[in-house]
Amino acid sequence: MIDQPIKSTLAKSKPSNLVRNLQEKLIEFLLFLAASSSVAITIGIIYILISESVSFFQEVSLVEFLTGTEWTPLFADAKYGIWALLAGTIVTTAVALFVAIPIGTISAVYLSEFAPEKLREIVKPCLEILAGIPSVVYGYFALLFVTPLLQRFLSDLPSFNMLSPGLVTGIMIIPFISSISEDSMRAVPASLREGSYAMGATRLQTAWSVVLPASLSGISAAYILGISRAVGITMIVAIAGGLQPNFTWNPMESAATIATFIVSVSLGDLPHGTIEYQSIFAAGITLFVITLITNIIGHFISKRYREIY
Amino acid sequence: MVGKNPENISALQTDQTKALVRNLDFFYGDNHALKDINMPVYANKVTALIGPSGCGKTTLLRCFNRMHDLYPGNRYKGEILLGEDQKQSNILSKQVDPIEVRMNIGMVFQKPNPFPKSIYENIAYGLKIRGHSRSFIDDKVEYSLRNAALWDEVKDRLQDLAVNLSGGQQQRLCIARAMATDPEIILFDEPTSALDPIATLSIEQLILELKDQVTVLIVTHNMQQAVRVSNYTAFMYLGRLIEFDTTAKIFAKPAVKETADYVSGKFG
Ligand SMILES: Nc1ncnc2c1ncn2[C@@H]1O[C@H](COP(=O)(O)OP(=O)(O)O)[C@@H](O)[C@H]1O
Ligand SMILES: [Mg+2]
Repeated sequence: MIDQPIKSTLAKSKPSNLVRNLQEKLIEFLLFLAASSSVAITIGIIYILISESVSFFQEVSLVEFLTGTEWTPLFADAKYGIWALLAGTIVTTAVALFVAIPIGTISAVYLSEFAPEKLREIVKPCLEILAGIPSVVYGYFALLFVTPLLQRFLSDLPSFNMLSPGLVTGIMIIPFISSISEDSMRAVPASLREGSYAMGATRLQTAWSVVLPASLSGISAAYILGISRAVGITMIVAIAGGLQPNFTWNPMESAATIATFIVSVSLGDLPHGTIEYQSIFAAGITLFVITLITNIIGHFISKRYREIY
Repeated sequence: MVGKNPENISALQTDQTKALVRNLDFFYGDNHALKDINMPVYANKVTALIGPSGCGKTTLLRCFNRMHDLYPGNRYKGEILLGEDQKQSNILSKQVDPIEVRMNIGMVFQKPNPFPKSIYENIAYGLKIRGHSRSFIDDKVEYSLRNAALWDEVKDRLQDLAVNLSGGQQQRLCIARAMATDPEIILFDEPTSALDPIATLSIEQLILELKDQVTVLIVTHNMQQAVRVSNYTAFMYLGRLIEFDTTAKIFAKPAVKETADYVSGKFG
């Protein structure tokens, strides 16, 4: 008796079920296409990077590339030693981290553990704006403001140098470090903080000896992300660092980085298939490998320290 | 109502008063969570706070170590007098630094909350804050772990992370951590609600042993636990203290009908 009305609705809904299932399948397929497109694009990029670099390495030995300290693709006697670009990349990144890690971490500790709610709501978006300013603007800020300022104290600082764009790159990545660090500190359960206060600890003691160690995985992920950003930032160093490859560890000299080399060379019209053209891809794959390694290290570290509370 | 006149009760007892709650009201912003609480806490005894969920047990407990000061908008009215009869001081007074209060009154939480540090560092935490020397801390760590019946289980792995201990071990570690600094009072907020029955019994055993060294105030929603561990019981309901008396009296012949209904399981 009770079954009957249910049965009849079931019977009626059959054709519309078919349409619905078809719709579902179609939508699912479209979603799959969208999702797989990013994978396909990544594979495509890696394919192009590798295939162009393979032709490059047929003419330049891998040993010369990995150990050489001169990078002169446009000379008659062209040399392709990646260290000339790698040194600039490492120096500018180190200068940037020297600024961004302390300021980013301290801002995160302050915002998460000390700042009243209202102040945090104002300061946090301000910090995030730093990341939204176009890097060209930072580049000219470094060239036209920071460098002259530094020259007042360091009289022999050349107009193009790595110190100034390194510092400014550091300012640009502060928000990456501070916001991820802050999120992971705020994720520390209140019960841990209360446990520390209940022992008679001050805010500073609690932040330093309980909250920081508990959020170590997030903070190290933030640092690694900061490194990845700093390594890849192009325009600031391109504008204020000079574009001349220069094997030096001195931040007071001008130099090029891997990323700025790619930009400067690809701005000229290089004929396809020439070795100069392919050198961009060899440099690009180096950058890709560096970022990949930092990301793997970051993944490893955050796994190791995960869920310590 | 007996709860209204703690002086009458203490007159019946020979036990010494460790703390005295007088006309205590507490507000979470506009939420009037505690209403005119009056009760004594006797020295070297276990006092249990019982009552249905939401009646204000945790709120009252956290007044004793000024935990509510951590969050904005909370307000105390009234007094908790601490110390011997002659030199009592009101720990809720604005002139009293909450950190000073917490230096003398320890707390163990509902869920074990070991710090993300080694077993050793967990116990040493409060001692370091108080500026003790390394050798003093080493001795005290061992003493406190023995005291919490944990030493034999962890003595070979003091440098391991405390979070790798079992739930019951973690809670004993938290008790050892709180006891390491020789508090005058130790507060327990449902310390066994996250533990299995065997771990629960070992914690209860520990609490019974502690009262020779410290005054214990414990919140529990488990009436058998109150009977097993406490000397005195306070029954709370809707933010008020309904009845305070010896545990035997509260469970055998309570004076107030609500108490009788609650301890006989009629509500809550
Ligand atoms: N942080 C808070 N803010 C506002 N109200 C709260 C807060 N904590 C508890 N309360 C309220 O105070 C009352 C007492 O809570 P609580 O002391 O936690 O009860 P119990 O521990 O007896 O279960 C409850 O009505 C609860 O909703
Ligand atoms: Mg509670």
